[in-house]
Amino acid sequence: MMTGTHTGHTVTVRELAPFYGKRQVTRPISVEFAPRRITAMIGPSGCGKSTVLRCLNRMHESIPGARVSGSVLLDGENVYDSRLDATLVRRKIGMVFQQPIALRTRSIYENIAVGLRLNGLRAQAELDARVEASLRASALWDEVKDKLGQPGTALSGGQQQRLSIARAIAVEPDVLLLDEPCSALDPIATAKIEELLLDLRDRYTIVIVTHNMQQAARVSDSTVVFLVERTGDTQQPIGLLIEHSPTREVFTSPKDPRTEEYISGRIG
Amino acid sequence: MSIRASAPRNYAWRRFVGRLMQTLTIVATTLAIVPLLLIIGYVLYRGGASLTPGFFTTDYLPPALGGGIEFTDPTVPAPIGEQPFNPDDPFAGVGIDSLPGTGLENETIPGTAADGASDPAAQPRPPEGDLTQITAQGGVRHGIVGTLLVTIFALLLAIPLGLLAGIFLAEYRDNSVATVVRFCCDVLSGAPSIIVGVVAFVLIVAPTQTYSGWAGSVALAVLMVPTITRATEEMLKLVPDSTREGAMALGAPTWWSTFTVVVPTALVGIVTGVLLAFARGAGETAPLLLTIQGSNKLSFDMNEPIAALPLMIYKYIESPFPSENDLAWGAAFVLTVLVLIVNILARALTRRRTR
Repeated sequence: MMTGTHTGHTVTVRELAPFYGKRQVTRPISVEFAPRRITAMIGPSGCGKSTVLRCLNRMHESIPGARVSGSVLLDGENVYDSRLDATLVRRKIGMVFQQPIALRTRSIYENIAVGLRLNGLRAQAELDARVEASLRASALWDEVKDKLGQPGTALSGGQQQRLSIARAIAVEPDVLLLDEPCSALDPIATAKIEELLLDLRDRYTIVIVTHNMQQAARVSDSTVVFLVERTGDTQQPIGLLIEHSPTREVFTSPKDPRTEEYISGRIG
Repeated sequence: MSIRASAPRNYAWRRFVGRLMQTLTIVATTLAIVPLLLIIGYVLYRGGASLTPGFFTTDYLPPALGGGIEFTDPTVPAPIGEQPFNPDDPFAGVGIDSLPGTGLENETIPGTAADGASDPAAQPRPPEGDLTQITAQGGVRHGIVGTLLVTIFALLLAIPLGLLAGIFLAEYRDNSVATVVRFCCDVLSGAPSIIVGVVAFVLIVAPTQTYSGWAGSVALAVLMVPTITRATEEMLKLVPDSTREGAMALGAPTWWSTFTVVVPTALVGIVTGVLLAFARGAGETAPLLLTIQGSNKLSFDMNEPIAALPLMIYKYIESPFPSENDLAWGAAFVLTVLVLIVNILARALTRRRTR
């Protein structure tokens, strides 16, 4: 376990295809997310990038009718193992959403402590220490240390999103998934989140879905590019992964000509 | 062509229909509100008039006893039951045979319709001790205590059931059992309350051989459960799914996110639903008739018949004694104000939630 923390954690996706009922969202996808690196997933709307992200920690299956084929491995262990409870998977693979989630009925402090208590932490001193550590790690401590008792909704949108990140990392996951974390934020708040992600890179395997190509270029080490295809008689849209390369290559010398077309705005 | 000149040919007609419809809706709305205002206004007027100093601190007193004042006027009847019953003279003590010059002994009571109205000359001069001279006596303390006891215990029974059922309907919604439960709930909320009273009578009062506060609480709880269930369900549905997902992403099981995150977020709305259920329960009469029976004395014992405001109204509003009529109006006043306060409280809470 200690060596695992030291070397980081790898998420391996094998032939993963999410479904909503009968509708297949993407073609089977295989990709590996490297430890202590930020991987961005980009692509046009409807390409299934968010759905694939939600498959990584089994959030996808919480939607009625949703299912998955293929597998996702965290350090070689299949998260879709039928004997494994989804809640255990989600403790290891944390997630931050598009809309910041500040629990309205709870204080800033409790917004973080709630996840720690869920995992059985009771000692007040340790709770205090962990809350402070997560708030420091998410670059929020200096802004909130004097108002920990105020409701989480008293914070600005950007601060709430950093609070959401603090809550996610407080339970010490191996992997952090972010689903368009900045799309509801202004540019200054976005810059702070990006800075924060670069700080967190040394400790977590980070996967971020973004519709903002500049953001992918700024923060990620490697980039996964998705596209949408319309097939069959029904012209049903289906997502597919067309390229996974170091970010610099994706933006300068992509392997797939369609990547270049997408990035330059000609398709998608 | 100017704007005015380019108006379509049917413009005047359209404008007229529009105005007409608007007027009709305003008239209909007013007509719908008028009865409510009349009811509240009249109850407050009549009930307010019968509020005496001891109204909230004393219990029922029989008409003639005058709040402990001994009536010495012989024309004023002592209450039935204060004297031994004599089969040869069933109206002894009621005072009818002692009314001077009626010639109608044992047949009429002054102030009733058969009171020789067709022949004004034959109408007796009202004695000093005329029934209408007896002023309001006693109070509604026992009724308030009984209503609060029965309704609050009903709430204590109904809240856990309704809350858990509402959580089940909202958090496990795609489930055939939930569909059935939701349907049953709607049916139950439309069930006539007298039927619920009959069921409580058969299942509790008959086997225990006594009317009791508990039987009333059970009957009211059955009526409250659907209200609380549906209110809980609706309020939980308003909590955005992102909140649930946030908890889920921490690795929280559904029950944990429900009780520590979702329910607290919807709590104000749920409390509103509970208050409305309380208001409904407090005003029910039919099921109480068959379960708690009513009582004229102050009691805190839920195992025996107990008083309730709606039953006092039902019992005394038709009484020949004006003092008892006043008591009924006073009880109506208290009940109306209680229900109004609870409703206003629920409104205020909802307002705070949506702000």
